[in-house]
Amino acid sequence: MTAADTGARAALLARLVDDLDEGFADLVRAYDGAVYSVALQVCGQQHTAEDLAAEAFLRAYRALRGYPPERIMALQPRAWLLTILLNRWRNAVRDSSRRPAEGPLDATELPHHAPSVEEHAERRERSRELARLVAELPTAQRVAVVLRHVVGLSVTEIGAVMDCPEGTVKSHVSRGLKRLRAAYDAGVIGGAAVVTPLRPRPRPAGTPVSGRAQ
Amino acid sequence: MTIAEQNHDPLAGALARLAVPAPTSFGDRIVARWVEVDGPVGALYVAFTELGVAYVRPAATVAGAGEFAESFRNHFGRPLRAATHPLAGLLPALRSGRSRTLRFDLRGLTDFERAVLLKAQQIPAGQTRPYGWVASEIGNPGAVRAVGSALGRNPVPVLIPCHRVVRSDGRPGQYVFGSALKESLLRAENVNLDEVRALAAERVFFVGSDTTGVVCFPTCAHARRITTPHRRGFRNLRQAVESGYRPCRHCRPAVPESA
Repeated sequence: MTAADTGARAALLARLVDDLDEGFADLVRAYDGAVYSVALQVCGQQHTAEDLAAEAFLRAYRALRGYPPERIMALQPRAWLLTILLNRWRNAVRDSSRRPAEGPLDATELPHHAPSVEEHAERRERSRELARLVAELPTAQRVAVVLRHVVGLSVTEIGAVMDCPEGTVKSHVSRGLKRLRAAYDAGVIGGAAVVTPLRPRPRPAGTPVSGRAQ
Repeated sequence: MTIAEQNHDPLAGALARLAVPAPTSFGDRIVARWVEVDGPVGALYVAFTELGVAYVRPAATVAGAGEFAESFRNHFGRPLRAATHPLAGLLPALRSGRSRTLRFDLRGLTDFERAVLLKAQQIPAGQTRPYGWVASEIGNPGAVRAVGSALGRNPVPVLIPCHRVVRSDGRPGQYVFGSALKESLLRAENVNLDEVRALAAERVFFVGSDTTGVVCFPTCAHARRITTPHRRGFRNLRQAVESGYRPCRHCRPAVPESA
């Protein structure tokens, strides 16, 4: 984390101390992508992910209302929010296993608002395939890989979020990656997703650039 | 693994691309908004969420916007910020006294409380209904007192017009902000409370027209246009039905043995 990041974080926390509600809106803007992305990768459905992420932020807000300023200033907001998210997710999974299940989770959906340029279609297809592979990892490896490589938390931060030693985090990440790599490379070589450099198709010589030009 | 290494590892790069922005409206699901607007009897503080109006307080009943916001946060556990624009439909609803098209966020209420409020919402401006009418309309004729307490917990008063549910003797009855405010709200909508009270003093709770043979609550628009020579008063609905009258299809007077 650079000095600028640290400064921005301190400014964000100071705004929370100064005016919780205004500051919280900034906090949501700063971290909604990370919280939503992790929610999407762990629970696999857009709707559930959005509910889960919103619930996590509301929990965070209720907690912050009771925190003294020095406790707010000492927060690592991203890791803290993701800890709350994963706790909510664990509880939701536990509750749904007690009640009649609503059927198995779908393979991870990707939001439709990704750029829909032709060249991106193939990349999106591969992302969907990769998300499906991530969803098949054992829980601890999946969480560790998502936190490390999707949202880029440090090993130390992941240790705090998952409440385990750094060595354990490293082994979850590397085992998860190893599994993914085996499946991913097999997919690539098997032709399910062929890596092609993204560059515009060359136009045949002599064709006009636009049909109207002449 | 550093960023540079990620760039060389296609798998790590592909994983990093799984990070997506949250849906555009995500912030609205968390932070609620508030506005101050002119109501029928003074300013109102109105808080709304992504689902609709969630909390209303007349400005005169709280010590400023700060207290209103604090009370909202205590009830709902959500952040609240000032809105730049009032919720669409809010100002027209206040001008007309009709809130049927306005959206409400009533998630925190029980099914019974919601049923009571949605029924109260159907009472037109300028008219009143007894507590027992709400109870029987929602299929729970014995729950008259429960209706009273559910109306007393109305989080969105004025907009959901719980003030239009009154005692059948013409007195306004209890109100979350005191019966004086309830009476001013009713008078601001041109409810003729004096006439209702005068009728009640003569034990008249229903008014019929001997030309149409229809019987109404006294504040029903159809009752108010009956000319004096054709007005017939009734103590209860049974008496009216026995005299050959049928209940009005608009105000639906069907309170069993009311008063």
